[in-house]
Amino acid sequence: MLTACDLNQLNNPYPVDEGKLSVLYQSFSERPKHLDPAVAYSENEYAFIAQIYEPPFQYHYLKRPYQLTPLTAGKMPEINYLNKQGEKLGEGAKDSDIVYTDYVIDIQPNIQYQPHPALAKNAQGDYLYHQLTREQIQSLNTLNDFKSTGSRELTAEDYVHQIKRLAHPKMQSPIAEIMKNYIVGFDDFSKQVSDKQKADIKNISMAGLEVINRYQYRIRINGKYPQFKFWLAMPFFSPMPWEADVFYDQPDLSAKNITLDWFPIGTGPYLLAENNPNRRMILLKNPLFHPEMYPSEGEPEDIQKGLLTDAGKRLPFIDKVVFMLEKETIPYWTKFLQGYYDASGISSDSFDQAIQFTGSGGVELTGSMKKKGIRLQTLVETSIFYMGFNMLDATVGGNSERARKLRQAIAITVDYEEYISIFRNGRGVAAQGVIPPGIYGYAEGIEGINPYSYDWVDGKAQRKKIDAARQLMTEAGYPDGIDPKTKEALILYFDTTSVSIDDRPTMNWYRKQFEKLGIKLVIRATDYNRFQEKMRAGTEQIFVWGWNADYPDPENLFFLLYGANSKVKHGGENAANYQNPEFDRLFEQMRNMDNSEQRYRFIQQLQEIVRHDAPWVFGFHPKNFSLFHGWYENLKPNSMANNRLKYTRIDTNARAEKRQAWNKPIFWPLLLGALLFVLMLIPAINSYHRRAMETLQ
Amino acid sequence: MIQYIIRRCLYAFPLLIGVNILTFVLFFFVNSPDDMARMQLGQKHVTEQAVKNWKHQRGYDLPLLWNNKVQGQEKITRTIFYQKSVGLFFFRFGVSDSGRNIGADIQQRMWPSLAVALPTLCVGLLVDISFALMMVLFRSSYLEHAGIVLCVILMSISSLFYIIGGQFFIAKLLRLVPISGYDNGMAAIKFLILPVLIGVFSGIGSGARWYRTLFLEEVEKDYVRTARAKGLTETQTLFRHVLKNAMIPILTGVVVVLPLLFMGSLIMESFFSIPGLGSYTIDAINSQDFAIVRAMVFLGSVLYVFGLLLTDISYTLVDPRVRLS
Repeated sequence: MLTACDLNQLNNPYPVDEGKLSVLYQSFSERPKHLDPAVAYSENEYAFIAQIYEPPFQYHYLKRPYQLTPLTAGKMPEINYLNKQGEKLGEGAKDSDIVYTDYVIDIQPNIQYQPHPALAKNAQGDYLYHQLTREQIQSLNTLNDFKSTGSRELTAEDYVHQIKRLAHPKMQSPIAEIMKNYIVGFDDFSKQVSDKQKADIKNISMAGLEVINRYQYRIRINGKYPQFKFWLAMPFFSPMPWEADVFYDQPDLSAKNITLDWFPIGTGPYLLAENNPNRRMILLKNPLFHPEMYPSEGEPEDIQKGLLTDAGKRLPFIDKVVFMLEKETIPYWTKFLQGYYDASGISSDSFDQAIQFTGSGGVELTGSMKKKGIRLQTLVETSIFYMGFNMLDATVGGNSERARKLRQAIAITVDYEEYISIFRNGRGVAAQGVIPPGIYGYAEGIEGINPYSYDWVDGKAQRKKIDAARQLMTEAGYPDGIDPKTKEALILYFDTTSVSIDDRPTMNWYRKQFEKLGIKLVIRATDYNRFQEKMRAGTEQIFVWGWNADYPDPENLFFLLYGANSKVKHGGENAANYQNPEFDRLFEQMRNMDNSEQRYRFIQQLQEIVRHDAPWVFGFHPKNFSLFHGWYENLKPNSMANNRLKYTRIDTNARAEKRQAWNKPIFWPLLLGALLFVLMLIPAINSYHRRAMETLQ
Repeated sequence: MIQYIIRRCLYAFPLLIGVNILTFVLFFFVNSPDDMARMQLGQKHVTEQAVKNWKHQRGYDLPLLWNNKVQGQEKITRTIFYQKSVGLFFFRFGVSDSGRNIGADIQQRMWPSLAVALPTLCVGLLVDISFALMMVLFRSSYLEHAGIVLCVILMSISSLFYIIGGQFFIAKLLRLVPISGYDNGMAAIKFLILPVLIGVFSGIGSGARWYRTLFLEEVEKDYVRTARAKGLTETQTLFRHVLKNAMIPILTGVVVVLPLLFMGSLIMESFFSIPGLGSYTIDAINSQDFAIVRAMVFLGSVLYVFGLLLTDISYTLVDPRVRLS
């Protein structure tokens, strides 16, 4: 135990010998449910698998707006448009003529998989662990218990295999239902293999997939879908060697929890060396990682910020990444301040300790944070939280002038600037439309404001006065919020899952916002399941919902209002059940276009329609505040790239010094406590002796 | 005694079936298989077909308790209840809805729970009994009154306060131990000191008062007076005779919780990042993972029944007058 302790740093939660290694310490609060790239879809899962698996493309780390670059691919995909007969169409082919699109992807040669037992072979070239007996499995508990590992070169076949896995019904891939609309033969393949094991799909072909040669494959999709290239940068389209499925499909291995969902196999910069998400997860540098260099281009200011200091250097810089489970914010925050975590978010408990507002309304770190050399990084996320109206509802829904004006009045009244200030400590930007900043089509300045809720005053957007909303209420037939049918205050219903006592202030705030118009808001709080049921059945009236963009394209946001995606009719993501033929027509045109001036105009028109119809009160785009210690290098916020760890560098000497300085143990209160305890015993001992003597006498 | 044990085990059987049915009904009263599927499939792009597939792959497309579509015994066996619950009686916990083997998870997670709970229990018992004996030793003096007041104060404070206060004072201000975390083997000691210390300290108030009551009842008995009359000192009387005779009620409280120590403590493990079983059930309820919930409720019931049986057996060991029949 003494060897594991440094007496100058008794509170060090890590082994002493790790102190000066290039190790990054991070935390997570919820265990990732899935690590299989065919299934994983949430942020906390991507935090791990994006470092392990490599899809053919990735987002450039430094360039903005977000831009795709090759990762394992040798170049960007060759995109060919085809007619019904499968003949190639020339440049500038009309959308109506395009029946299929081919994406031809070239993979770089000499990329190796991480060392893994699924790829281990004996001297004869046979796989060592593909036919394990029950007795052999008996002694195994984790992947590290396998004595041998092997590797092999990444091939185009592996990418095709993974797409087939997406289609396998046993995989339950969350994008299977989307991809069956796009990838040719996806649905048929899914039906064909429904009774087969995952390991058996290797030799069954899918019509839309073709391995052209060892390093080239082709995906054929229906029609034109320019956003498909973004999907190719998501872990869903990472390579999977068929050997992994054969290996992990051995039934007794899964009984030991040795599954692909738990122990990934990739070509990326890191491999998962330990997976105990109830305690920690450890990534180690993949010894077989292919040469990849730190980018040498970025935005003009990147040089000044030192973000190009490492240009051209081989990635990754960190040898080991330790993710510790921290469920509670107090120990998490304390460890960050002690230097045992290299980065941290800011919980509401510690916000005032970390952040202060400047006179001009900006934010900066408090003195104590600056003294520690901590840096603040903010990023407006490519997400939107909105208040939706159920457009099927008789009162707030529909296309009538009355309902529209009512919605517009509410949109003015619900003051999201106040909401952000009260409930989010200023961490958000009030939304002016559907598109968050950073996504193509987002307009800055006067052009980008919602003219139905805001005025442009002194160079910035200012929410309209409440009188404007009251005027709209009068025009809608609800003067002073009085419903003409009942002659009493109009009653609206807010459906929510916020049932806990902690949510009460938020719900009261919503009530007060509606009260400004004389509307009585009734909160209908139910559990998550009942709320989902209401949404599916369309029995809700007003709700709050959110969306985090999958990729940096406006299609991935406007589709939330596309009629063919309405939740009630089609089970889609259009939770407001908004339907406007003009919007749908423009959306269909816009989604198939490459970014251009015309597309930008269409996007602005779509924004205008939605602002006018007001099926949503555009709530806010969350703003992420992150803190990093001074020794954390190459920091640039990027809400699209999930594989950021490989660019990170740590100044380990500076960290070791700071930790030593910040964590010297203090012993004197313990000695004082011991002394007090002894002093307290003295009267007790005297009393005992006195009583014993009394008894004897 | 063996007959008694067998009889108690047989009594436990219908009890466990009842617990199983109750858990099943309560869970499915709140969550339908559709809800479970939606929770597991996430928030985005969840279609009806995806929900249907999920239920089919995991056997949740069967009727809950009675299957009218089949014949004979399959009416019972081709139901969710039968398929998911019968294996429990053979300690086959099956696979969680997120695809993990529950038995393997429990085996892995129970040791850290035990690493915190067992020392807390043992040290806590020692401290509580010592403190209680001290109060009895100084009974009717200002020391006893001070001790009682201290116990009441300690009892009145929430355990969460001890945790947060302990972390703040010992780990943050004095920097004597890591504020949270865990490690394997001997390296775990530095992580266990603080939770054990807090666990013991937070239990002193109630524990010491309870044992004091037991000891006070004993010290008034005739054999204690006889011991004093024989010339034994007060400490000798207390530690040799009173303590021994107060063991039955102490055992009642302690032995019954022994098997449940494996189950861990939710708050303690959460604050100290102990990778134990404490949060396993709560996490499963939040993620609507019925497989884990039923397994843990079943395991809890079995361990409780086992604990009660152990208590009965332990009576015979500490009191020769007790016979199990």
